[in-house]
This record gives sequence, C-alpha cells and structure tokens, in this order.
Amino acid sequence: MLHIINRSPLSDTALESCLNTATGGDVLLIEDAVYAATTGNAYEGKLRAAMGKFKISVLRPDLEARGLADKLIEGAAFVDYAGFVELVAANKTCQSWL
Amino acid sequence: MSDIKKFMFVNRKAPYGTIYALESLEVVLITAAFDQDVSLVFTDDGVYQLKKGQQTKGIETKNFSPAYRALEDYDVEKLYVDQESMQARGLAVEDFLVNVTVLSRAEMGALMDEQDVILSF
Amino acid sequence: MKFGIVVNEGPYQHQASDSAYLFARAAIEGGHEVWRVFFYHDGVNNASKLTEPPQDDRNIVNRWTKLAEDHKVDLVVCVAAAMRRGIREENLAKGFRISGLGQLVESGIKCDRLVTFGD
Repeated sequence: MLHIINRSPLSDTALESCLNTATGGDVLLIEDAVYAATTGNAYEGKLRAAMGKFKISVLRPDLEARGLADKLIEGAAFVDYAGFVELVAANKTCQSWL
Repeated sequence: MSDIKKFMFVNRKAPYGTIYALESLEVVLITAAFDQDVSLVFTDDGVYQLKKGQQTKGIETKNFSPAYRALEDYDVEKLYVDQESMQARGLAVEDFLVNVTVLSRAEMGALMDEQDVILSF
Repeated sequence: MKFGIVVNEGPYQHQASDSAYLFARAAIEGGHEVWRVFFYHDGVNNASKLTEPPQDDRNIVNRWTKLAEDHKVDLVVCVAAAMRRGIREENLAKGFRISGLGQLVESGIKCDRLVTFGD
C-alpha cells in the first residue's frame, strides 16, 4: 500500500500514526510532510528507524519550494509528480493520512 | 460480484472543531446505500467522535452523534477503534455510544491491507 | 489506468487543490485517465467562478476548467457541501457540475485508484 502524508510530524501525528499502524509498503511525503525527511529535524531518527519497514519517498517540488532540497536525508528518494503517479499506480491501494 | 468493494473510512479528527467528522459520516451512509462492504476506523482524535453524552446546545450546533447509532440500520456494523488512541485519551469502550471492536495497531494495519478503497477526510 | 481524485480543501487556503491538480496533470501526461475529480468539504470552493486571484498568481478555478475541457475530466461538486457553502449553479465555473455524494462512491467503485487530497 502507498501511504501519503501531508503534515509536518513536528505538529501533527499523521506520520507517527501511519508508521506505527501500517504493515509496511511505500510512504510518500508531500506538502508540509516533506520536513520529516530533512537532516537535523527532531523526527529524523524516527523516520530513519522506519526505513527498514517502509520505503520513503519525498515529493521534490514540495521540498524545493520550502528551501530544503539540499537537506534530504540519506535513504529517502526524491520523486516528482510523475513519480507520485507511478507510486499510486504501482500500489493496489493508497491511503492519505488526513 | 465485482462491483462490491471493501471501503474503509479512517476517522482521525475530533467532532465540532471542524466539519470533517460530520461530512465523513454522510459519505459513510451513502456508501452503505450502494451496498458496499463498509468499515469505519476511529483512531487518534477520531475516537472522540464516539463519546457518549455530547451536548451541543451551548455551541448552537447540531449534535450529530446519534447518527452513529443509526449506522446499524444501514448494515454498517464494522466499527473499529484503535486501542492506543483510546487509552491515550483516557477513554474506554464504555464511553462510546456504539459497540466497537478494539484493535491493536498491528491488527489495524492488517485490516487496512485488506481494503480496496480507503478514504479519510 | 483509471484514476479518481478527491479534493477536500478550498483553493489558495490550502495546498491540497494545487497538489491534486498537479497530480491529475501528471497522471494524464503519463497516459492515465483521470475519470473524475470529486470536490468535497471546502473543496467545493474550487468551483466558484467568482474567484479572482491577483494577476501574478495562478488561477486555480480556470485551471480545473481547462483540464476538464482538454481531457474530458468529470469535475463533480458535492451538492450538500456546496449548498452549505454558497456554491450554486449561478456561480458554478465552467466544466464543473453539482451532484450527489453517490458520485464519490461511484469513483471508488469504478476507478482503479482513488487518491484523496485534503488537510
């Protein structure tokens, strides 16, 4: 399954709930969730710890817009909107953690 | 019957502060009317939607919580509450206005994997 | 592949409708079909033809209209949500239509994938 998160983990529990609940699969960080995948943020450790179980992707235009494209943590992959579409197509279901 | 899909509605938001809980419930009822296989999940602040004793007179807003009781009339009987979320809010099953199945995080994740369509508002 | 999209937030206030639009466009460019976009909650405000952003900003409403015209995307605004928020036939932008929540359920049934954008 593809899990889509759009909120910063420093102000919302969506990412935390997703990582604690889902059995694995793809996690795509979009909008304000991209902050989760930047070096030095307080959630970095938890996201890194989840990398064995989940494949983490980050929507590049959203990270670029926020001035942090050079801060992507190791192990997370950039995707553009075409890549977002491919992730949706490749997974049988997708869930937006709103 | 290929036209019957497993729909899951994931409720993560508390009632009244925003309209999401109410409008989500409206979708649930319509989905049931389409004879789909419907499950409802209440997790994080979504568990507050089910609290007994909601009194909305003072905020001059319609109390929509009785509608959760009407769900079974629409054959919506799969209601799941995340145990951790419930406990973190000082709630127990007795506090809820409907019968629910309490699931661990792992059980909830497994249930999500069985779905065809997952909606969250 | 046949995609359905749900938009739960209004334009400009929240990035959801921008993300939904850019996703829809990428899906079409990738050879997929965007069968329907369903606007719910404050998302119904995406359909107001009274919207007038500053000239140097994107026009979110017109962008949806053009997507519908160019690619036969069915833009459906939930009637109950629209009534609550003052979206009527009178101020409905071109390419949108007002209909019931059943159209959202139908998207879930008929589409291969349903992607929700919200808060």
